[in-house]
Amino acid sequence: MSALVTVRDLRVSFRLGRERILEAVRGVHFTVREDATLALVGESGSGKTVSAMSILRLLPENAVVHPASRVEYAGENLLSAPAPRLRALRGREISAVFQEPMSSLNPVLTVGEQVAEVLRLHRRMSARAALERAAELLAEVGIPEPRARLRSYPHELSGGQQQRVMIAMAIANEPKLLIADEPTTALDVTVQRQVLELIARLRERHRMSVLFISHDLGLVGEIADDVVVMRDGVVRESGPVARIFHAPQDAYTKALLACRPRLEARPRRLPVIDDFMRGRTPPAAPLERPPAGAPVMQAKQLRKEFRLRTGLFASKALVAVSDVSFDVARGRTVGLVGESGSGKTTVALLALRLLDPSAGEARLDGADLARLTPGRMLPFRRRIQIVFQNPYASLNPRRTIGRTLVEPMRIHSLGASESERYERARRLLERVGLPADAMQRYPHEFSGGQRQRIAIARALAVEPEVLVCDEPVSALDVSVQATVLNLLLDLQESLGLAYLFISHDLAVVKYMSDEVLVMRAGEVVERGTPEAIFASPQHEYTRKLIAAIPRGYSKSGSEP
Amino acid sequence: MAAVLDIVPENAWLALWRRLQQDRIGAFSLGIVIVYLVMILFAMAGLLAGGWSEEIGVPYANPSFLGERPNLEAALAQRAAQRQGRVPDLTAVDPLAPKYAEWEKRTAELKTGERERSLTLRWGGDRWGRDVLAKAIKGSQVSIAVGVFAALCATFIGTLLGALGGFYGRWVNDSLEWVYNVFTSIPSILLVFSLAAVLRSGVLAHLFASGIWTVVIILAVTGWTGMYRLVRAEYMKHRSREYVLAAQAIGASAASRMFVHILPNVSHVVLVQLSLLVVAFIKVEVILSFLGLGVPVDMVSWGTMLGEAQTELVIGKWWQLAAATVFMAIFLTAFSMLTDSLRDALDPKLR
Repeated sequence: MSALVTVRDLRVSFRLGRERILEAVRGVHFTVREDATLALVGESGSGKTVSAMSILRLLPENAVVHPASRVEYAGENLLSAPAPRLRALRGREISAVFQEPMSSLNPVLTVGEQVAEVLRLHRRMSARAALERAAELLAEVGIPEPRARLRSYPHELSGGQQQRVMIAMAIANEPKLLIADEPTTALDVTVQRQVLELIARLRERHRMSVLFISHDLGLVGEIADDVVVMRDGVVRESGPVARIFHAPQDAYTKALLACRPRLEARPRRLPVIDDFMRGRTPPAAPLERPPAGAPVMQAKQLRKEFRLRTGLFASKALVAVSDVSFDVARGRTVGLVGESGSGKTTVALLALRLLDPSAGEARLDGADLARLTPGRMLPFRRRIQIVFQNPYASLNPRRTIGRTLVEPMRIHSLGASESERYERARRLLERVGLPADAMQRYPHEFSGGQRQRIAIARALAVEPEVLVCDEPVSALDVSVQATVLNLLLDLQESLGLAYLFISHDLAVVKYMSDEVLVMRAGEVVERGTPEAIFASPQHEYTRKLIAAIPRGYSKSGSEP
Repeated sequence: MAAVLDIVPENAWLALWRRLQQDRIGAFSLGIVIVYLVMILFAMAGLLAGGWSEEIGVPYANPSFLGERPNLEAALAQRAAQRQGRVPDLTAVDPLAPKYAEWEKRTAELKTGERERSLTLRWGGDRWGRDVLAKAIKGSQVSIAVGVFAALCATFIGTLLGALGGFYGRWVNDSLEWVYNVFTSIPSILLVFSLAAVLRSGVLAHLFASGIWTVVIILAVTGWTGMYRLVRAEYMKHRSREYVLAAQAIGASAASRMFVHILPNVSHVVLVQLSLLVVAFIKVEVILSFLGLGVPVDMVSWGTMLGEAQTELVIGKWWQLAAATVFMAIFLTAFSMLTDSLRDALDPKLR
């Protein structure tokens, strides 16, 4: 198979302000072969997206491409191609699918208009013929009732369907190369699997090449033929997928392969990137769980209805959570797993009484939180804390980290004086592994993993007994996930915290929890120890979730 | 101990000041606004433009850089004054004639003197020969005070109500919306008139007998609605954000969440709207003063100056209009740019 696109010595830097220059990509080589999938893998900030978008020259204004860099496509250097030539290529011979389908589709145009536009721009089809072809394309990407869907607006579709529409637009002109930039990261696990399979099937049928960008090596192993592992703007390792998985040469590749929680093993701590880069052997001892103590937090038949107003006086009840019960003991973890819309976050908010339940009880140390007046609630607030999913939204952007950490102590009169509180805040930062100079910086100056550490430090500031972790690692790169999970385990061991751990990722929940509850549409469909659930899942939905876990490369799985 | 004190965040206002200085446009606008404020302080203390109401020039005195320009109006006025000297004798028919002697005696006690009126003034004179430049300076004091105080009051009302409505929702929001609808359903000029009538002639008239406070109240009460809607929308967006939930989880009270956590995050909206309100209120004050509902007649504002300029312009006396407009334009531009820079300086992400 010959090369379709060859990227040679690509160097891209960004001008930041007057003096500062950030070198995002520093001399990257890779080749996309014809009729094959190349995966670019790396953490956020590794330069993988910039490298891929350089092919189409879809770079921000402040990007500077080094003159010696070359992107060869059919004997032509795309980096020096004139703008009209690039416009003709984009969407016709090379097209792209992005991470967020909702923001990639225009919300005020119907799906049909948007798919037809691509056809009319490049093929000069008539409006009628373009719509006709659009319906065929929607059918091809697996959207039910494609003809009726032509008139739908993007918000009327689910996330997975939106991404299918994006893919339909991308393949409309039979491109030679499809660039997929984290196309499944924003989707639910089961939908992720379907979209992945769709891309693999379309690649096969149209004999095109795919450049697949992802932070998850496990996911990539299932569909890629070749893998390029990037870090800090350079290629660490590249080669055929089998070699990358079975005989990785680079320490970083080895680390990426190891840091995802495995289903079959439960080590005391997850191996992290640092272990491999410094040549340390990760601890292999199995995780030991303390014996269950007395339950601190109990949920009994929790139920939450939201009322949607449908008319002037009419309203309809939407049941978000019904009949959810669990006990969390000191030093133990209860895992809650389910996809978006399953009501997991609602359960978290009910447990902290950030929402009032419609029925049932959320007890902390025997007291039913829902019955407490705000004044009597305050001492209980100290004892149960929450870490949210999105570390970018859960910290107040206008406050320094120091103020964020000190405020809870001030509210609960912890620490004798202000300077003592700052001293405590500094110790907290140390404990979660951040430098003390973080105190006077603002949230946006930190990476996602660091922000999540800050959010954990804030929760710990009031010395709680129960910590509710609402998808604490799902917004983080796989490589960062392990460090945050290890931190949570460390804290649980030393402080005897009880965790309610919520995630959509079954592998993570299995690693962390002593008991697992599988939720779907507001109800618990299955519960038990993680080992039991994985060994013999009873409910069909649990089986679907288990099947959706990326398994990396295996001979049978890579080529369908 | 020093190490502990080092990590206490630096004073937010000092940090703001430091960042504002780095922004060239912001620093320049701030300079202009400060110049205006100093000018106003001097004017209030009487050190500057204290004699704005004195008739020191001939009517419509030419600006000194246009001294040669013929001034027909001044000549006419002079001739009329000379004619006034020869008053016909009406003693026989005037019922007040017996009082003449007494009045003359009292007149003699008062010292009157026709001051030497100059033919030209620095930036020209108005109909009564008052110095236009002094008027513009004194007018700045009144107009800016009206605009800024009214905008601050309106911002306070709008932000408070918007925060309550957006944060609590439900019946609080419903009732505030109801008030808002009532206020916006009345044509604003009608609302201004009725408020002016109430404040100027009712029982309340004694409370705000004179000065600019009547105008400030009128503008604030009619102008808060736009701010309310914007702030309400922002609060609805922010109240369910995770950082607010996190604040609730650590036990922060509703007031703390509303004004300590959310308000700084919506301050850019408030600031931009505040600057627009200042600009708008200065203009509305012009209209009100022109209609006679604005500042009292014994005060001068850019509005009264523009009102006078209307008749002057017809006979080619443009300098009063020019003075008021230039003063107003420079201030309003500098003020808008300052609030823009302030918004950027307050945003930690743009640092």
